[in-house]
Amino acid sequence: MEFTTFLFYLFAAVMLFSALRVITARNPVHAVLFLVLAFFNAAGLWLLLQAEFLAIALIMVYVGAVMVLFLFVVMMLDINIERLRHGFWGHLPLGATIGAIMVVEMATVLTGKYFGLSNFPAHALPVGESNTKALARILFTDYVYPFELASVILLVAIIAAVMLTLRHRKDTKGMRPSDQVAVKRSDRLRIVAMASENESPATDSKGGTPL
Amino acid sequence: MMNAFLAPIQQWLGPVFPLLWTLLKIVLILVPLMLSVAYLTFWERKVLGWMHVRIGPNRVGPWGLLQPIADGLKLFFKEVILPKVADRELYFVGPVLAIAPALAMWAVIPFSDGWVLANIDAGVLYLLAVGSIGVYGIIIAGWASNSKYAFLGAMRSSAQMISYEVAMGLALISVLMVSSSLNLSAIVHGQAHGYFAAQGIGFLSWNWLPLLPVFAVYLISGVAELNRAPFDVVEGESEIVAGHMVEYSGMSFAMFFLAEYANMILVAAMVSVFFLGGWLSPVGFLPGGFFWLAVKISAVLFFFLWIRATFPRYRYDQIMRLGWKVFVPLTLVWILVVGVWMMSPLTIWK
Repeated sequence: MEFTTFLFYLFAAVMLFSALRVITARNPVHAVLFLVLAFFNAAGLWLLLQAEFLAIALIMVYVGAVMVLFLFVVMMLDINIERLRHGFWGHLPLGATIGAIMVVEMATVLTGKYFGLSNFPAHALPVGESNTKALARILFTDYVYPFELASVILLVAIIAAVMLTLRHRKDTKGMRPSDQVAVKRSDRLRIVAMASENESPATDSKGGTPL
Repeated sequence: MMNAFLAPIQQWLGPVFPLLWTLLKIVLILVPLMLSVAYLTFWERKVLGWMHVRIGPNRVGPWGLLQPIADGLKLFFKEVILPKVADRELYFVGPVLAIAPALAMWAVIPFSDGWVLANIDAGVLYLLAVGSIGVYGIIIAGWASNSKYAFLGAMRSSAQMISYEVAMGLALISVLMVSSSLNLSAIVHGQAHGYFAAQGIGFLSWNWLPLLPVFAVYLISGVAELNRAPFDVVEGESEIVAGHMVEYSGMSFAMFFLAEYANMILVAAMVSVFFLGGWLSPVGFLPGGFFWLAVKISAVLFFFLWIRATFPRYRYDQIMRLGWKVFVPLTLVWILVVGVWMMSPLTIWK
């Protein structure tokens, strides 16, 4: 057995196990972390397919950013573990349908030779060129308009999300650092010129020094 | 010569050889790294001492040189406490997840020409990806401790690290543009050419000069990413005691400590590779080599210690403002500037 074959089975086994644990773990935080583990092993499988850009993007985007925010939300919510099991039988038909569709789709791809998939030959990578470079070259030449369109749509989504949550509260005591830096001495401090006062020993009404 | 020496061993071990050979190289990287981490803590205490006009640790061994060993032994023999309400498994997974990325990222750092464990094409992407995993150790530790202070520290830290990762990633885009490669060795080689390098003053041809604003952003974001002073609101001794690691003791605490210092050396190494010419020699008449990388890493590390002794802690909202409203726009503008510069006749990158 080659080492890469061994790695494939390792990644696949860990991924299946963690995917199973995502839906069976009692604690939602554990479930999210198992999902992270599943993503990580999926990235490992993609690396074995020499799709290193996709693999690293999966880790960077999903593991490094999306799941962290997800974890935030799950940790902040005080989830009642008992009630989580509540709607299991009610949701089962929908879940089973989606699962069945996924199995059929996977089967279609894996048995593609019966459906004429071989009419679309796999792209041969140019020798000595990294996956990232090849992807970038195609994205920024043949598919530059769709690519830019997608980025504009994402930008609109970002601005919309910011606008939905942005509320200017009147009572916040936030300070603008530029204002703070621009403060001059004369804004805060007044220096008064006055004659100096002679300090004389305090005396009481009879003219003697107090004890 | 090396191959002639290795060939009989390779034959004898057969298919196991690549695995053992890689493991040996990993050990060769990690053992000096751990020693450097130990002595970086010592050096930090000494430097801070001198800056405070104190002496610093000087009791254990000659000039206090055995202090980090004594500290390590002390932590090793201390009891590892598990809080009663902590999440048993995740409490111990936290420190492991903190230290693992800090060590794994060393795989792609080139120490000298050809001295790299994994000379992969997507080296920069690998660094960004593995670096983004580091935040899990802190979040998990903060949550699993089941303590308010730890959780607040973890929240602060993860928000801060995610924000500054954006700035660091965008800063690296300029570097990728000028070196047109994601391979770290190629990035260093790209800095060996240029007008000044031909004149024998190579240090002016390194990326730091044409990409000066980006260099500053990367360096400062690096400090913020490390959660170190003046961005150390994560630990914030005066507010939340010690942040995510307040419940940890003994070796599990030491793992966080090791991770922080290994990350410090790593960020210093990344700054050196991306902007300060890696192993290249600053002047033409001296040969390049690992020595120069070590000098550059030490200089950046000293900068980290220096600002710790110099600046007061940032307020949290100002950290966020600096990251999102100053650094991100600055790097975005500089990407545009570098793009126009590269396409103009004035380009210095061919």
